[in-house]
Amino acid sequence: MKDLAPTGCRDLPVLKQRGQHEVFCGLTGIIWLHRKMQDAFFLVIGSRTCAHLLQSAAGVMIFAEPRFGTAILEETDLAGMADAQEELDREVARLLSRRTDIKQLFLVGSCPSEVIKLDLARAAERLSQQYAPNVRVLNFSGSGIETTFTQGEDACLASMVPVLPASDERQLLLVGALPDVVEEQALGLLADMGIGPVRVLPAARAADEYGIGENTVFAMTQPFLGDTHGALERRGARHIPAPFPFGDEGTTAWLRAVADEFGVSDEVFERVTAAPRARAQKAVAQAAEVLRGRSVFFFPDSQLEVPLARFLTRECGMQAVEVGTPFLHKGLVGPDLDLMEGEFTLSEGQDVDLQLDRVRAAQPDLTVCGLGLANPLEAEGLTTKWAIELVFTPVHFYEQAGDLAGLFSRPIRRRDLLKVEAAE
Amino acid sequence: MKLTVWTYEGPPHVGAMRVATGMRDLHYVLHAPQGDTYADLLFTMIERRNHRPPVTYTTFQARDLGSDTAHLFKTACQDAYDRFRPQALIVGASCTAELIQDDPGGMAETMDLPVPVIPLELPSYQRKENFGADETFFQIVRTLARPMERTARVTANLIGPTALGFRHRDDITEVTALLADMGIGVNVVGPMGASPDDIARMGQAHFNVLMYPETAESAARWMERELGQPFTKTVPIGVGATRDFVAEVAAITGVEPALDDSRLRLPWYSASVDSTYLTGKRVFLFGDGTHVAAAARIARDEMGFEVVGLGCYNREQARTIRALAKDYGVEALITDDYLEVEQTIEALAPEMILGTQMERHIGKRLGIPCAVISAPVHVQDFPARYSPQMGIEGANVIFDTWVHPLVMGLEEHLLTMFREDFEFHDEAGASHHGGAAKARVEEQEAEETPAPGAPAQSSIEIVWLPAAEKELKKIPFFVRGKARRNTETYASERGVSEISVDTLYEAKAHYAR
Ligand code: SF4
Repeated sequence: MKDLAPTGCRDLPVLKQRGQHEVFCGLTGIIWLHRKMQDAFFLVIGSRTCAHLLQSAAGVMIFAEPRFGTAILEETDLAGMADAQEELDREVARLLSRRTDIKQLFLVGSCPSEVIKLDLARAAERLSQQYAPNVRVLNFSGSGIETTFTQGEDACLASMVPVLPASDERQLLLVGALPDVVEEQALGLLADMGIGPVRVLPAARAADEYGIGENTVFAMTQPFLGDTHGALERRGARHIPAPFPFGDEGTTAWLRAVADEFGVSDEVFERVTAAPRARAQKAVAQAAEVLRGRSVFFFPDSQLEVPLARFLTRECGMQAVEVGTPFLHKGLVGPDLDLMEGEFTLSEGQDVDLQLDRVRAAQPDLTVCGLGLANPLEAEGLTTKWAIELVFTPVHFYEQAGDLAGLFSRPIRRRDLLKVEAAE
Repeated sequence: MKLTVWTYEGPPHVGAMRVATGMRDLHYVLHAPQGDTYADLLFTMIERRNHRPPVTYTTFQARDLGSDTAHLFKTACQDAYDRFRPQALIVGASCTAELIQDDPGGMAETMDLPVPVIPLELPSYQRKENFGADETFFQIVRTLARPMERTARVTANLIGPTALGFRHRDDITEVTALLADMGIGVNVVGPMGASPDDIARMGQAHFNVLMYPETAESAARWMERELGQPFTKTVPIGVGATRDFVAEVAAITGVEPALDDSRLRLPWYSASVDSTYLTGKRVFLFGDGTHVAAAARIARDEMGFEVVGLGCYNREQARTIRALAKDYGVEALITDDYLEVEQTIEALAPEMILGTQMERHIGKRLGIPCAVISAPVHVQDFPARYSPQMGIEGANVIFDTWVHPLVMGLEEHLLTMFREDFEFHDEAGASHHGGAAKARVEEQEAEETPAPGAPAQSSIEIVWLPAAEKELKKIPFFVRGKARRNTETYASERGVSEISVDTLYEAKAHYAR
């Protein structure tokens, strides 16, 4: 990374305002986590609102019976007429007898379960003993009073770290749920450089489990995994700080940091990365044509904002107006901030009405925001990109760099294309 | 505690949002955690609204609990008033805020805002979305509407349409036209399109047209009592119901009944020979009570279908739907458990489902065509074109929408004749539907495994002999379910435990009509 000439936005002042947030809660992470972990079931203990959120965020009903569900608290649970722990045991028993394919069960806390102080850790412990060794039961919070959107994945992965067995094997751990195609590419590149063994958190199945310990080094593929980072360090594992693997530059810097850790020679690194790197540069250049010189404004959403702003400003020639993030974890996105330059507002947290005033005043060429804001802003004449797609689509590493740029260029190209006026 | 996978209705505050978002110059301050803002996307994405819903969420966090969530609420309330300057505010709590008991209504009252503040009590752990909409509209009307001098001309309020409602936008136009045919004007439409000032003058109308009992029945009853306005009980969906509606309006107002049916096509389309194939199609209906009741009548009396089952997800309409089911000689399914609906459909094996977007998914999975008749709906159920359910054009739209998923008349025969053809085979589906045609796979064993648990009402185990099973496969897919069911019923009634090719044809002869 030394050769990347950091310009340094790490110490930029951070704008913090407290008002209405317009973000998802951590439960949303279940939508992609349940696809990634193929033998896991996510049981939210919550309200009808939580169930409705999951359904609405999923957008479509993926399966008749997906691997998630909500145990909806009822009046009797709240009034203390029913013992919530017993009720939970009953629902879990019913679920596990019907779904014998489930090997990991996550009890997911919500705002209501937290406000009534339902002890899910205790429940998980009890149920784990009861269903061992067939099913492992863990718990985490996806509640909106504790977590924002992608922090749900963080809480989930962090809950898995303490139960990993101990091992002092020298190994690399990739941390973050990635689409399979991306994960395979990353593993392929690392294997070609002779780096191994490489483990992945989360693993696709409980049976693919491994141990961790002091000889484990880990690289993060997602910037929103602060708690998981902490949990891994507590197990003695060591983090390899790097910019996140978005775009050619981010991917190269990320791979370089890992390669350096494993003593990979420059020749080997060059041999493995040269071809995909050239492809990525070409693809980004094509997609970036319409982005060059345009301005971008990020509403806080997924914590991907800083690395993506770095990609858009450095590789696609855009200018950042504001980079909003729900939570700024400098220990994780610091290397990305180091690479950024120029003048922009870095904001953490949100007062959505004030932020809307700013975006209207700035009239950026592209606004990256949530689904609740996108159409209203389009109707006001702004061009938008829904942020949630950035979490659902394969965007990491070399082969997806062009797709990533394309996600941002498509709305702009579309606006340029549409002509519904009379032909004069 | 009850495990839920998919829900037909959101929580009650989403119902309140449907009212607020449908209205103008009203603002909703909702005491809720940040994740509850997901509800905005229902309106901006599914309904493609070009404005944010007029809702301010307090978005309290764990660290605010116990210290100053109340203060947070007041600030949010004041900021919302200052920024949006609404004519009235509604305030309430979501499920989480209900637990921390901050009393948004009481707090807002102490703030001395210069506009009416309407507190909402929506019990999140007992009730659901439709209740929330109905109760919210009722509270708004109760607070703002007063007895008034009637308009000189006979006018009606159209009540019930909300944001995110199934075809509400277009139904308003259609009902307005029905009334105009009789020389009756519209005083206020609400909640959709009304401002609090409009609500205040609802008392001027001579009567109310209750378009959707789900969302406005409480308001209708209150206005009947307090403002002396009778309301219509007929929901004008379908030809017969539209005619009844006109008669009912005439009876209420003393105006001569009149209906311009020159654009009405359903009766002729249904009578034309191509529609013969619709005769006796076995349909299953599910949705909200109002739409299911209307659809059942159309299905039986106007399309010539056989209703093999029906039900609704909103318990508020359970009694009506039970009575209706009795009339149709079927059992009513009153549930909001998606899996139960799926099981019922699987057991009944209808040839078509008239349901919600949830049943559309069930249909997709079971290979049964489905047309959507009720909320909850998805983005494709908010078409750009005019497509009401009510009135004359509504009947036309319904004919088209219901026939569309089915295989067309002559095509049905061709499929029967050439079912062994490699590309014109039954698994290819109806030719006018998109999607790549599937090539026929000979002797595909996994396909069409015997329906688990069938037959439903038999105590003896019935097995299909291989030859009969093979013969069954030669029957086109859109009647195969019916053939399987009839044969099994026939066999079980006669105590036959093995179905042979003969049993199959005996059953066929027995059921021939
Ligand atoms: S914010 Fe809380 S109550 Fe709302 S959906 Fe998320 S966890 Fe459930």
